[in-house]
Amino acid sequence: MRIAIASGKGGTGKTFVTVNLARSLGMPVTVLDCDVEEPNSNLFLHGDLVSQSRVSVCVPHVLEDACTGCRVCADACQFNAIAVIGRKPLVFEDMCHSCGVCTTLCPHDALIEVPHEIGTVTVRQSQHVSLVEGLLDVGKALAVPVIRQVKGQVGADTDHPVLIDAPPGTSCPMVWAVDGCDAVVLVAEPTAFSLHDLTLAVDTVREVGVSFGVVINKDGLGDDRVARYCESEGIPILGRIPFDLDIARRYATGALIVDKEPRYRDLFLQMWQSITHLAQIGGNRDESLA
Amino acid sequence: MNRLPEQGSGHQKQITELVILSGKGGTGKTTLAASFATLARSLVLADCDVDAADLHLVTSPEIRQRHPFIAGKEAVVDESACTGCGLCASACRFDAFQEIRDGKRRVIPVRCEGCGLCVHICPEAAIRFEDRVCGEWMVSDTRFGPMVHARLHAAGENSGKLVTLVRKEARRIATERSRSLILVDGPPGIGCPVISSVTGSSAVLMVTEPSVSGIHDLERVTALARGFGVPVFVCVNKADIDMSLTEEIKRRTEDSHDRFAGTIGFDEQMVRAQLEGKSAMESITGNTRAMIERIWENIWTAM
Amino acid sequence: MKVALTAAGNSLESPFDSRFGRAQTFIIYDTDTETTTVLDNAQNLNSAQGAGIQAAQHVLDSGATALITGHLGPKAAKVIFAAGIDVYQTDAETVAQALAMFTSKALKPMKGADVDGHWV
Repeated sequence: MRIAIASGKGGTGKTFVTVNLARSLGMPVTVLDCDVEEPNSNLFLHGDLVSQSRVSVCVPHVLEDACTGCRVCADACQFNAIAVIGRKPLVFEDMCHSCGVCTTLCPHDALIEVPHEIGTVTVRQSQHVSLVEGLLDVGKALAVPVIRQVKGQVGADTDHPVLIDAPPGTSCPMVWAVDGCDAVVLVAEPTAFSLHDLTLAVDTVREVGVSFGVVINKDGLGDDRVARYCESEGIPILGRIPFDLDIARRYATGALIVDKEPRYRDLFLQMWQSITHLAQIGGNRDESLA
Repeated sequence: MNRLPEQGSGHQKQITELVILSGKGGTGKTTLAASFATLARSLVLADCDVDAADLHLVTSPEIRQRHPFIAGKEAVVDESACTGCGLCASACRFDAFQEIRDGKRRVIPVRCEGCGLCVHICPEAAIRFEDRVCGEWMVSDTRFGPMVHARLHAAGENSGKLVTLVRKEARRIATERSRSLILVDGPPGIGCPVISSVTGSSAVLMVTEPSVSGIHDLERVTALARGFGVPVFVCVNKADIDMSLTEEIKRRTEDSHDRFAGTIGFDEQMVRAQLEGKSAMESITGNTRAMIERIWENIWTAM
Repeated sequence: MKVALTAAGNSLESPFDSRFGRAQTFIIYDTDTETTTVLDNAQNLNSAQGAGIQAAQHVLDSGATALITGHLGPKAAKVIFAAGIDVYQTDAETVAQALAMFTSKALKPMKGADVDGHWV
């Protein structure tokens, strides 16, 4: 079972829900940290390093003897990743989307694909939790290939739960993180900003076509506008985490609240029941992207 | 500290552009942007958090102009011309084709990268390549001054380019209406949209929280801003959640020759202001108010 | 020789645009015939990315051997310098002023990019 934890806005408690849920389950579980620009899960899970590998994408390389300088590649590239100087193509690897247009269209077979490193995938183990973390190199623009690599670390046949900490926002990286999951948990706070961002995330998840529900974090801090919205849209509320400054204080230091307070473990286990129920009544595994 | 970089074209040099960033989301970036908007005179607001724009919720903009945001292209299959050969689907690197019936395919828009490979190889020329409308951008009036903001469509992409567009428009308006400050509510993270909002700006204010994840993200974003030669200010929101971490952030900021602009305590009044659709400086009282004023003064004097 | 200048308009009287990739037009001035041609840079606006690279390609395809602009990003610089085009920097107000400074040899040559990518 693959569950993505997402939110339209950052800072609503995505990582908080992911790591506490993983620790509460008390059985083998894999956490995929797909927030590859700011992976934070290990700050709380404190896992031991198991393995590390570099992530590469395919970029074109010019075979100068075969190239005639015809420019077909540069004209076809939608990402302006190839310039032609005199008769010599110049490739900008950081601009390349690895689409294969240039290598497919080159009439002289003068382009081959070679790997270009853009990030790192690290696997860690913390008690019963395996953590797979993607990290995009600073200055690289394309998060999606790293996310695909992280998601590819777990086979579709795995029988233990997989929790995916999705990147914030509603653009491409978030879509690739949630696509192919059995359910998406959207974490929201009872504030005006968070509700607005939640509605954007709901639009996106509906577009992707995965079943989803909402967890209200810091319940009691603002007002009941998020709950009212969910009710009017027929969105299930999968759990409520009360507003408690103690949680913020413990989280600030990198401690897990479920390790300190048993009542929170019960809360997360109940949440997990609602999530698995949601995933069972409507999943869409066959559309998997990764 | 770095010298403030020169701006854009020759006649635009007097405009100061402050970009508010946070690394991780939810640290109070937008709340502070709206507060500074209340305190500053003669400004233009630019909401560059285009993936999850929130500034409009507290500035109640009256929209004067709306423009579509076009970025790149997308493939569209002409079903009547498609023979169902499936070449497009097997060549596409992004699994963007879905079979409708008899091998005929359609493009799944959220997956289409806009590379055009299918358009080139379709033997029936049955795939069109159309401009992709990824969102819209708007120019509005608010009680604080003009505001440029944007909205990406669900699963839209290319937010970096939209950020550039919003900043450019804000700069145009500031020049046209002789406004000396552009206040940018920046995007979260450290990726392309953040790079687009930092390059060529006058200064960056990092709003962080005293937590291990706050510090972690802070370091990544300040490294990026320094790499672009833009001076960095740091302030800590919800500082009393963990005073020792707040102290550590202050120490690290000073060690790396960035400027520490101040702290704000946790205050439920901030949430209440937001629920009422107000900027914090329009509704809150007491100590928090004074702390925000002091941060603004520190930044403004230094700039 | 042909000189390319970044502009916000179609003539020598137009304002000089200090940006390169997102400049509105390039004015190509031929010093031998003393004539100008205008290169529209607008097609850049809708491209997903890489405006600087595309603009640099246009400039070198125009046959210009010198470029006068305000700022040059790293990717455009890579193309321009690889093509052997000399780059001169100015903050002139109009294209004509920039050209006058160039012909009187008052402009400094640039050795590389002076701004980072994504410059507004």
